[in-house]
Amino acid sequence: MISAPDVVAFTREEELEDDLYREPPLPEEYSVPLFPFAGQGANPWAKVAGSKFTRDFILISEFSEQVGPQPLLTIPDDAKVSGTFDLNYFSLRIMSVDYQASFVGHPPGSAYPKLNFVEDSKVVLGDSKEGAFAYVHHLTLYDLEARGFVRPFCMAYISADEHKIMQQFQELSTEFSKASECLKTGNRKAFANELEKKLKDLDYTRTVLHNETEQQKKANDKGYYTTQAIEKANELASVEKSIIEHQDLLRQIRSYPYRKLKDSEFHPYEPECALDRADVGSDQDPAASEPGETHLYTHVPSYTPKLIKAKSAKCFDKKLKTLEELCDVYFFTQTLDQLHHIERTFRGDVCYLLTEQISRALLKQQSVTNFLFEDVSFLDEKPPEKQYRSCQGLGQDAIDEKCSEESLAPKVVISLGSYKSSVECVPIKMEQEMEDSEEPKMSESVTSEHQENLDYLDADIKGSISSGESIEVLGTEKSGSGLTKSESQASLPVMPSPQAGRSKVGSRRTVSEDSIEVLSTCPSESLIPEDFKASYPSAINEEPYVDDDEGGLRFAPRANPGVDDGQDGVSKQESLVQVDAACCIGKESPNFLEPLPELGQKPCEEDGVVRIPPQPYRAAEQGLRGGFPSHDGLSGGLLPYELDSRYLSGSREVSKSSLDECSDSTSYISSAASTCSDRTPSPAHLGSAARERHRKRAGQNALRFIRQYPFAHPAIYSLLSGRTLVVLGEDEAMVKKLVTALSIFVPNCGAHAKPVKHWVTSALHLVDFQRWKLIGLQRAVSPAGVNVLHALGRYSRYLSILDADSKTLRCPLYKGTVVARLADHRTQIKRGSTYYMHVQSILTQLCSKAFLFTFCHHLHLPISERESEESVVSRRMNFLKLQLGLANEDIKIVQYLAELLKLHYIQEPGRGGNPLLRFDYVPSFLYKI
Amino acid sequence: MLRWLIGGGREPQGLAEKSSVQTIGEEQVQNPYTELLVLKGHQDIVRFLVQIDDYRFASAGDDGIIFLWNAQTGEKLYELHGHTHKITAIAPFSSSDVTEEETDLIITASADRTVIVWDCASGRQVQKVSCFHSTVKCLTVLQRLNVWLSGGSDLCVWNRKLDLLCKTSHLTDAGISALVELPKNCVAAAVGKELIIFRLSASNNGSEGWNILEVKRLVDHQDNISSLVSVNDLTFVTGSHLGELIVWDALDWTKQASECNFWDPSVHPDVQPEIKLSQSPHETSVQHLTSDEECVFAAVGKGIYVYNLQMKRVIACQRTAHDSSVLHIEKLPNRQLISCSEDGSVRIWELREKQQLPAEPIPTGFFNMWGFGRANKQANQAAKKMHENTPVYFLELVGDLIGHSSAVQMFLYFGELGLATCSADHLIILWKDGERESSLRSLTLFKKLAQNGGLQLRL
Repeated sequence: MISAPDVVAFTREEELEDDLYREPPLPEEYSVPLFPFAGQGANPWAKVAGSKFTRDFILISEFSEQVGPQPLLTIPDDAKVSGTFDLNYFSLRIMSVDYQASFVGHPPGSAYPKLNFVEDSKVVLGDSKEGAFAYVHHLTLYDLEARGFVRPFCMAYISADEHKIMQQFQELSTEFSKASECLKTGNRKAFANELEKKLKDLDYTRTVLHNETEQQKKANDKGYYTTQAIEKANELASVEKSIIEHQDLLRQIRSYPYRKLKDSEFHPYEPECALDRADVGSDQDPAASEPGETHLYTHVPSYTPKLIKAKSAKCFDKKLKTLEELCDVYFFTQTLDQLHHIERTFRGDVCYLLTEQISRALLKQQSVTNFLFEDVSFLDEKPPEKQYRSCQGLGQDAIDEKCSEESLAPKVVISLGSYKSSVECVPIKMEQEMEDSEEPKMSESVTSEHQENLDYLDADIKGSISSGESIEVLGTEKSGSGLTKSESQASLPVMPSPQAGRSKVGSRRTVSEDSIEVLSTCPSESLIPEDFKASYPSAINEEPYVDDDEGGLRFAPRANPGVDDGQDGVSKQESLVQVDAACCIGKESPNFLEPLPELGQKPCEEDGVVRIPPQPYRAAEQGLRGGFPSHDGLSGGLLPYELDSRYLSGSREVSKSSLDECSDSTSYISSAASTCSDRTPSPAHLGSAARERHRKRAGQNALRFIRQYPFAHPAIYSLLSGRTLVVLGEDEAMVKKLVTALSIFVPNCGAHAKPVKHWVTSALHLVDFQRWKLIGLQRAVSPAGVNVLHALGRYSRYLSILDADSKTLRCPLYKGTVVARLADHRTQIKRGSTYYMHVQSILTQLCSKAFLFTFCHHLHLPISERESEESVVSRRMNFLKLQLGLANEDIKIVQYLAELLKLHYIQEPGRGGNPLLRFDYVPSFLYKI
Repeated sequence: MLRWLIGGGREPQGLAEKSSVQTIGEEQVQNPYTELLVLKGHQDIVRFLVQIDDYRFASAGDDGIIFLWNAQTGEKLYELHGHTHKITAIAPFSSSDVTEEETDLIITASADRTVIVWDCASGRQVQKVSCFHSTVKCLTVLQRLNVWLSGGSDLCVWNRKLDLLCKTSHLTDAGISALVELPKNCVAAAVGKELIIFRLSASNNGSEGWNILEVKRLVDHQDNISSLVSVNDLTFVTGSHLGELIVWDALDWTKQASECNFWDPSVHPDVQPEIKLSQSPHETSVQHLTSDEECVFAAVGKGIYVYNLQMKRVIACQRTAHDSSVLHIEKLPNRQLISCSEDGSVRIWELREKQQLPAEPIPTGFFNMWGFGRANKQANQAAKKMHENTPVYFLELVGDLIGHSSAVQMFLYFGELGLATCSADHLIILWKDGERESSLRSLTLFKKLAQNGGLQLRL
């Protein structure tokens, strides 16, 4: 309701231009600089990313002890989504960041192996080469057969938009924590089961061994033990030890603060067994710590399955358990549901998500009026607290301050680490030559971000870059050179191209990619610089080379949440120019912008485990993007052809504004054009997606309605003033369509569903008018149909009747102005969702008027005791007319809304209250086309 | 006179010819009822509404359930179960005893031959009497004597504690159809065509004993007496199925004005002899009577008639006030009259004095419509004559309430709180003045706002 439709992107619409010229020009200070490369209808909102996937997706990867990092599944499970994106490579990258302790085994000074209840780590990382940014959520699951009992997994939300990841970090973290908690709960259960089974096996084995030993003892009368007997005794002892160990493990896993899944909606888990932080560093890279771990645990699977039908202890030829087996099917599917939910929730452009969250937060605040035109139930779903807070916190002055700061010191690297004060920036790999400067910076990063920005600059960058390299080194060495090239993108192309924004992003990525931000969850004391240095001696090797290449110039705009996009853009623009001027005319930039060389490299980068084969790059697609003829042929061009053509046909349809049949796809696609990362139709079922789709469809239908019916105004007035509107017709689909269209104008009577009934076949009764304000009614020729019509005639004073067959409307006269603004049949709005927002904003205005009217004391009660009722009434009318500027019938709309507000407010909670039917004795008129 | 007898003469001629019933458009400026509440609960025809106090009322009907409602909020207060058959009579009985605390009781009689006394405050059954030989068809409370009477095939007198004080002998199988209290400890009971006057006298032996004696039998009606109403201490009125209306002296039970078939031309010289109603007997039956100090208002067939007691003649009427029989009428303090009918509508009328206009020729359409065969000259003359000496009244339709889908059995006027109507469609509708309700809600809102300490906005 809040979202202002004006902000929604215009795409190329020739007719608009006339209108724009007609209006008085905006004062300079208000005008937004035109997108410099907006010629030929280029869509400035298009993510011209170098990403090889078409939209955001979720990836689950495992660091398999057999084959190394491997992708397990993607959500949505559609090869088209990840496209040519190399999942194996990316899995490798994201898995190698897990410096989380997954240490299990004999800690020094402990007799038994100890399970660590490992806290998940949440990391944001980027890969500019792949054009991918990811929120990575690492977790470990227990597996009795795995090395060290643990199997490291990670879930990653991968997006081409770095801003999106950063801005939505908190939300992503919350949501993924839920998913992780669900997985881990299931895993604990499965692990405990497995342990129990194993214990039984061991017990049995012990019994058998014991019996054998006894038999041998009996048989042996020689007085000394045979080697066989000694062996047996040893075996028995080891089995007994194993039993004790397993019992201990079982006790540990059970002592875990186990919360029932159903009671608590998987709250993020707060660990009780604190992790031994000293281990964190050494375990950052599972590959690095492998050798150490192996020798520690070699004896653990010493269980000899001689007598019991147990599995082989040799872990290399056995098949590892699948994720599903690890986590119990129920929990696994729950997790998948949750992940699908995440995918749906975060689908779409970040500005869209933010707007949505802000408007939701604002709506929540309108606790008195929001029920009128909003689906209140959806407001309760998730509190988008953080976003709103940050948006509020960044008031005008805050933004100004930041802008000036940025323009003053454009070269200052504002690392992503300074994103939030609670966020620590941890350059994981530190260079040796920077040793001395390191520690103070670490502390500074926590204390003051501005300070830090200035003198932290170099260390941060270099450190982070080195870390990126080191990861590459540790992982697949081949990718190193390619990456370096892309990282050198700090330099910008001089020639004006739509890629300016893109390369800017690229330059930013040099930092963001490689500095691995450990956000919020991992306590800082675990990150001791010495440990890093110790763990990665090799990491520094390639450092100087990169450093030189970078030339000391960094540009990393701070990704502050809630910083107004425009502002941000302006400041970036400024810095951009300076960067350009300063140096580094990027010779490598074409390389970067041209995805082909990278693709050429691709095959050789692939590891053995390929889940989705790379698809040939469809260079031809760029030419086919007729909707957005690219300026220099270098636009990201990652819209798959099919979607593109659909987009084109969709926009054509819309521009035709054909009024015959409303298809969802039409309205969908037309709106999708503005939010580019939302390129796939949302699923029809469930939650926000369905709601979104409904809005679009309703908006589109409403748009058709107001264009098609000249008497739309009185019809809408009827709805807004609480007079039940009956849509009468023979064709159910047509009636339902009209009802859907009109439903966006129906005020809610309470916190329930909208008082809309799409299709009724029986005669209406007074009670129906009380309950429903918009009814689709079947016109039938049967005797029952006669009754239906008779009832309509009888109750005509309570009704407005829209006859869909003969295209007539019988309802009271409307002479106000509000509806004219609400439903202008010459409106230039073409898209359903845009129109929906337009309607919402006007309805919000109405709501606020109704709110004022309702809660102004003196309008309803006499000021002094002697004041007569008449003067109160006249004051009331004056207020409505003069203060609120309402004319004629508009007064009735506001009065009706005010009544609803009153009823809602004075209603006892928990009691439904009797629905009222308010009506007026006003004459009706018949409207015809 | 004929002019205003027939439909008030205010409607356009063409319209009157098409439809016999006066209609009012959708614009009803004087109709205050712009808000309604539907009260659901009954599962069968709702026949009775009775006011308990300023804000409560009870409803009862063929489903044998009695509901207590709050007339202001429409809240259902109690649901009283106890009868197994339909309710035949209901009467409120508020004790004004100084010794006891004030309790509101209601007495209900049912076709299951029981009478139950209910406590309105607790919603509990106080006592139940089931020693009747026939269905009790009417109940009357004599507040003054602190007793109540039940009329079935005989007449019984009960005290508050439901002790049977005395009873008459078996009167008739058909039973007493109506009872009305008269001065000097007398009651009039309508038994078929007869009107029997009983007198209650204190018995000599007991302190609380009462005897009941039949004093007089009045046999002036030619058909069953359908309604019986007390006008004031001096007069009461009866109406019969045949359309007779008799005004009685309440003290000596003599016929003050025997307006037997008073719209019959032979009896009533002022009214034209031609006005012989070509209606079926059912349509001439006096369904309901109500009165104020001056006039008796009779619901006769589809029409409403206003009979002036002083002038002893009908001063205004609306022959076809509704599409079908008028079931209940009531006079409001503000010269308004409300009627409800089998056609499912409730209409609000206002008794107005007509300005002396030069006599207009009576359109023949009216006569045709009514099947008047005679020429209209006489009527013209008569009308002129009337205009000269008496004020002329007419009933004007000021509003109608359409909500029920079936016959509106009864209604209850609650003054400012509105109007409750009950109907054969199992519903009760509370009609309210929208303006008043709106300002009341504002008042409540500001009270609640003050309680909550202002709007708690989540900022």
